[in-house]
Amino acid sequence: MQDDKELQQKLHPAMVEGDHSFATVTDKISDLTLKKKTPFHWFFGFAIAFMVMQVLLITIVWLVTKGVGVFGTNQPVGWAFPIINFVWWIGIGHAGTLISAILLLLNQKWRTSINRFAEAMTLFAVACAGLYPVFHTGRPWLAYWLFPYPNTMSIWPQFRSPLIWDVFAVSTYATVSLLFWYIGLIPDLATLRDRAKNKYFKFVYAIFSWGWRGSARHWHRYELTYLILAGLSTPLVLSVHSTVSFDFSVSQIPGWHATFFPPYFVAGAIYAGFAMVLILAIPLRHLYNMSDFITKTHLILMGKVMLATGLIVGYSYIAEIFFGWYGGSQYEWFMIKNRIWEGPYWMFYWCLIFCNVLSIQFLWFKRFRESEFWLFIFSIIVSIGMWLERFVIIVTSLQRDFLPSSWAMYSPTIFDWSMFVGTLGMFFTLLFLFVRFVPVISIFEVRTLLPEANVHGHQQDFEENVNEVEYTYDRTDPPNE
Amino acid sequence: MAQFFNKSANNIARISMVMVVVLAGVGGFAFTQISRSSYLTGRYLEKQQPVQFSHKHHVGDDGIDCRYCHQTVETTASAGMPSTQTCMNCHSQLWADSPYLEPVRASFRDNKPIEWERVHDLPEYTYFNHSIHVAKGVGCSTCHGSIDKMPAVYQENTLQMEWCIACHRAPEKFIRPKSEIFNMAWQDGDLDSKERDKLKVDLKIRSKEMMTSCSTCHR
Repeated sequence: MQDDKELQQKLHPAMVEGDHSFATVTDKISDLTLKKKTPFHWFFGFAIAFMVMQVLLITIVWLVTKGVGVFGTNQPVGWAFPIINFVWWIGIGHAGTLISAILLLLNQKWRTSINRFAEAMTLFAVACAGLYPVFHTGRPWLAYWLFPYPNTMSIWPQFRSPLIWDVFAVSTYATVSLLFWYIGLIPDLATLRDRAKNKYFKFVYAIFSWGWRGSARHWHRYELTYLILAGLSTPLVLSVHSTVSFDFSVSQIPGWHATFFPPYFVAGAIYAGFAMVLILAIPLRHLYNMSDFITKTHLILMGKVMLATGLIVGYSYIAEIFFGWYGGSQYEWFMIKNRIWEGPYWMFYWCLIFCNVLSIQFLWFKRFRESEFWLFIFSIIVSIGMWLERFVIIVTSLQRDFLPSSWAMYSPTIFDWSMFVGTLGMFFTLLFLFVRFVPVISIFEVRTLLPEANVHGHQQDFEENVNEVEYTYDRTDPPNE
Repeated sequence: MAQFFNKSANNIARISMVMVVVLAGVGGFAFTQISRSSYLTGRYLEKQQPVQFSHKHHVGDDGIDCRYCHQTVETTASAGMPSTQTCMNCHSQLWADSPYLEPVRASFRDNKPIEWERVHDLPEYTYFNHSIHVAKGVGCSTCHGSIDKMPAVYQENTLQMEWCIACHRAPEKFIRPKSEIFNMAWQDGDLDSKERDKLKVDLKIRSKEMMTSCSTCHR
C-alpha cells in the first residue's frame, strides 16, 4: 500500500498541495479579487507599470506627429526594432495557447492552475505585438487598409505577400485566444457575481457571466464549447508563428530564405513563452500565497518544457550554420561568417548563444530545475536571449546586403527603445489589472483536481485506471430558486 | 442565490446578440456607401466662380472647341486655363458693356488673372497627365461628362481610384477614335467590340499590367 502511494505520487504528482476542499479553493482564489484588501505591492507594482506605460504614450504621440523617421530603421536595415519586438511579443503569447489548448486535449492536468494567467499573458502579449505593425505603417488611422474590404481604390491587399498572411494569422489568433479565455472565465465570473458584496462589482460580474447558474445543461454546453475552441486553437499554436516566420523565409535575403524557419520559430516561441510564464508564475505564487495551486511540480514541468524547446532552438542554430555551408551559396556563407565572427554584430550572436543554448543546459540537473531562484534567473536570461535571436536574424541579415556600397550599421534611436520599454509597461499594467479584477487561477477547474471531485477517490481511480468524467457542481452555492 | 437580473434580461441578451451582427452589417454597408458619397467626393457639387461663366452657352450654343481655351490639353499634363486676353478676343466686341463681365474687364485692365475655383482636384500623390489620355483616345466627355450641358461645371465622376482603375484595367471599353476626342455627343456604345479592340491596337495602348502598375500613377 505504501509502495502504491509512492508510485502514484511519482506517476501522478498531486497538482494541489495542502489540505483543500471545494470551499477552501473557492474562498482562497475568489478572495483575491473580492475580500482581501488590495495589498501594497499591488499598488506599488501597478504604479510603476502604469508610469512606464506613459512612455509608450509619449512615444506614440511623437511618432504620429513626426512620422516613422523617429525610429532608427533605415536602408539597408529596413526592418528593425518594430518587427523584432513584434516577433518577440507574438512568440511569448504562444505558451498560453499551448497550455490552454494542446495540454487540454492531451489531458495534462497540470495546465489547470496555470492556464488562466498564461492565457491572459497571451492576450496582453498579442496586444503589445499588434501596436508595432500598426504604428510602423506611419499612418495608423489607415491601418484598416490591411484588411480586404470593398474599398474605393478597387484593389485588394497583396494576397501573395506573407505580410497579409500575418494580418490574418495574428487577428485570428487574438480573436480565438480572447474567446477561449473568456469562455473559460464564465463559471468563475458567476462565482464572483454570487459572492461579491459591492453592488457595482456584482453588476459587472453579472453582465459578464451571462446568467450562468451552473445547471447540468450549462456545464454540458460549456464543456463542448471549450473543447471546440481548444480544437480551433491547437493549429494556431503552430500556424501563427509559422506565418510570422514566412515574413522572412519567403523573401530572398540570405539568412532568412530557409525552409526550416517555421519549426524553428514555433519552438522559439514556445521556449520564450514558457520563460515568460515562469517569470510571472514565480512571483505570483509567493506574493499571493498561491503555492498550493501553482506547485513546485508545475514549475519543474515548465522547466522541462523550456529545456526541450531550448534544445530544438539550439539544434536550429546548428542547422542554420550547416545549411549556410552545405548550401554552397556564397551569399549564405558570407552571411553566416558576417553574423558569427567577421561582422560587427558578432557579440550579439555569442550573447544569444550563451542565453539560449548554454545557460539552459543547467536545467538537465535536478538542483537547478527544482530551484525557483534559478528557474526565475534562467527564464529572464531566455527572454533576453530570444529577443537577441530576433535582433541577430533581422539586423545581421540586412546590414550587409548584396551590394557592398549600401552596407551600413544599424543603431536604434531613443524612440525605438522607449516604444519597447513602453510596451513592457503596458503588458504589466494589463497584468496587474487582470490580477486585481479577475480570478487568476481557474477556480472550478482546480476543484476538479481535488480527491473530492473523484467519485471513487483517487486511490481507486489509480488502481482501476478509470477515466472519470469530471463534472463538478458548485456546492458552495445554494440550489437555484 | 437569486439571479442578479430579472428574467427580462434574457431577452436583452438574445436581442443584443442579434443586434451585434445586424449593426456590424449595417455599419459596414454604411461605411462603403458614405465613403463614395458626394459629401466626401465633391461629385455633382457646382462651384461658385468669380465670373458667371457658362460652359453650356459657350460650348453647347456657340460650339467653341475645347482647345480654344484649354490650349495645352494635347501637349502637357495640365489642360490649361485661358488667360483673360483669350476672353477679351471676343468680349472686347461682344457684350462689351455687360455688368456680368466686369470682373473679366477688371482683370484685363489691372493685368491680374481671374482666380477660378478648381472643380477637379486630384490628390497630390497621383501623377496625372492630360496629354497622354487625349493621345490614347480618351475623350473629354469620358471623364468630364457633358460639359456642353452644364451652365456651371461640376465634377461628373468621383475621381476615386476605383473609377480611374476601372478604365486602366479595360481601356478598350472607354476609348474612341482620335478624331472624336472633342465630340461632346460621343457615346461609349458607338463602336462595336471588334472596332474597339482594333482601336486599342492602333492607339498602341499598353498592357493591363503596365496600365495598372502602381508607379504608372503614383511616382
